[in-house]
Amino acid sequence: MAVNTARRGLLWHVRIALLETRFQFLSSLRLPAFAVPTLLFPLFFYLFFAVVFQAGGPSLTAPTYMLATYGVFGIFAPSIFGFGVGLAQERDSGALLLKRTTPMPTFAYLFARVGTAAIFGAVVVLLLFLLAGYAAGVELHRWQWFALAGAILAGVLPLSALGLAIGAWAKQQAAVAVVNLVFIAMSVLSGLWFPISMLPGFLQDFANVLPAYHLGQLALKTIDLDLGRPLWFHLVLVGGQTALCLAVAAAGFRRFSGR
Amino acid sequence: MSSEPLSTAPLARLSGVSHRYGDVLALDRLDLEVREGDVLTVLGPNGAGKTTAVSLLLGTLNLQTGAARVFGSAPDAAEVRLRRGAMLQVSGVPETLTVGEHLALFRAYYPSPLPTARLLEMAGLQELRDRRFGKLSGGQKQRVMFALALAGDPELVFLDEPTAGLDLDGRRRLWDEIRGLKAAGRTAVLTTHYLEEADALADRIAVIHRGRLIAEGTPEEIKSRTAGRVVRCVTTISPETARSFPEAAGVETKGQHLEVVTAEPEAVLRRMFALDPELGDLTVVGVGLEEAFLALTGDGAGPEGEL
Repeated sequence: MAVNTARRGLLWHVRIALLETRFQFLSSLRLPAFAVPTLLFPLFFYLFFAVVFQAGGPSLTAPTYMLATYGVFGIFAPSIFGFGVGLAQERDSGALLLKRTTPMPTFAYLFARVGTAAIFGAVVVLLLFLLAGYAAGVELHRWQWFALAGAILAGVLPLSALGLAIGAWAKQQAAVAVVNLVFIAMSVLSGLWFPISMLPGFLQDFANVLPAYHLGQLALKTIDLDLGRPLWFHLVLVGGQTALCLAVAAAGFRRFSGR
Repeated sequence: MSSEPLSTAPLARLSGVSHRYGDVLALDRLDLEVREGDVLTVLGPNGAGKTTAVSLLLGTLNLQTGAARVFGSAPDAAEVRLRRGAMLQVSGVPETLTVGEHLALFRAYYPSPLPTARLLEMAGLQELRDRRFGKLSGGQKQRVMFALALAGDPELVFLDEPTAGLDLDGRRRLWDEIRGLKAAGRTAVLTTHYLEEADALADRIAVIHRGRLIAEGTPEEIKSRTAGRVVRCVTTISPETARSFPEAAGVETKGQHLEVVTAEPEAVLRRMFALDPELGDLTVVGVGLEEAFLALTGDGAGPEGEL
């Protein structure tokens, strides 16, 4: 009995990718250890540093600046934790291996993880914007709100690639530690917690190797608060870093299946 | 039984497959055939290479030496995945999704999945549909993995140690479900280290030890070897030579001794004396399957359970 359905249509691929995303999102949402810090930390930081701390301050520059940097910080967690920890966990539990025996396209799995990070990221960005607009009094042109949101959310891809590279290599327990370390260190060194210009010069130079730094600058560029490097500079570097992460991840997966 | 013409192409086959993990040879020139409609049980102690063999047939492990074909294609080919289901030895699914959600996702992968109600019934999960995977007991989780393996109504199902960690009740229950598969005309490959399980379910049994096929046949044929003998002696004949004897069912060296399991000890002895008239310390003992297995595998790492 010949079943000639190996070539599935585009529609089938889209359907599986969306279904995977739906269940990946549900699964993450029901995991308090993932959902609560992911949603609350950036909002809490912004509320504290940009709203309470700056209340009655001389200008709106600081809350506006922090909207971009805490926005990137807000998408950092779901991107790097979803892939870095989630993937390592599913590999250790055997869930990933089981999926590999099914007809599920690999693309659908990756799409679901990126999509889940993007949904969490979009919720964080929306809440940050509401906080900025109504509580901190940040004023932007309408197009700037959209450009800023777009620039922040585009960062899900490079940061997911970073998580993928970690998740492809580290065991689950190690992945939690490595991801936390990378997440916190890179957030600070990329100027997501406080302006990069407050760091010593050599650390500012070092920031060029960190994708989160370029994402922060790209987001700041939409509101004219970046350090003034050209757009292409950040795009080329973050693009190259993303490609490097994907290559590292691919090597990790090859090692895994050749075992 | 199992008297199908040999011309029937096997649904799945490993030919001359060797596999190494670093210095450890997990599979040593293994040949394995899965015939349509059969439940093939791969029996062997822990570490025999059962999971490696199954992983190669599933395409989750890269082939090193030899050939693996499933439905005439590479084991990880897209059309193979559509017609095959698998229950892995070490496997879970995300704990925060419910049984029903996992089934919905897996059913969506396949063109003509089994109805959800039928899957729940087959795996005895009717009451647990809305329960999160993480809240289930070990046995219940195993049943979910079984249901997921069947979600696509596969022609061929791989079950790697499906009853590992189950209590007696859970094992018997899963056995009934596997018998149900067979009754529905499905082909299954089942690995186990329980002789009793192999005997209860298999059309054919392949006994592997240290990566080699040491016996293969129907449970009756395997059991008929209980009338066999172990020829044990000190000899200059190499295990490779002994293995080439047509009457030799299994060959193992134990210290200075060579052990040959055979149903025809006289023929084996004639060959051995012809090659090495000086052989000494000779014993010929009758063995049951359990004993034959233990003799072959040494160190008491034999299969558990009774026949």
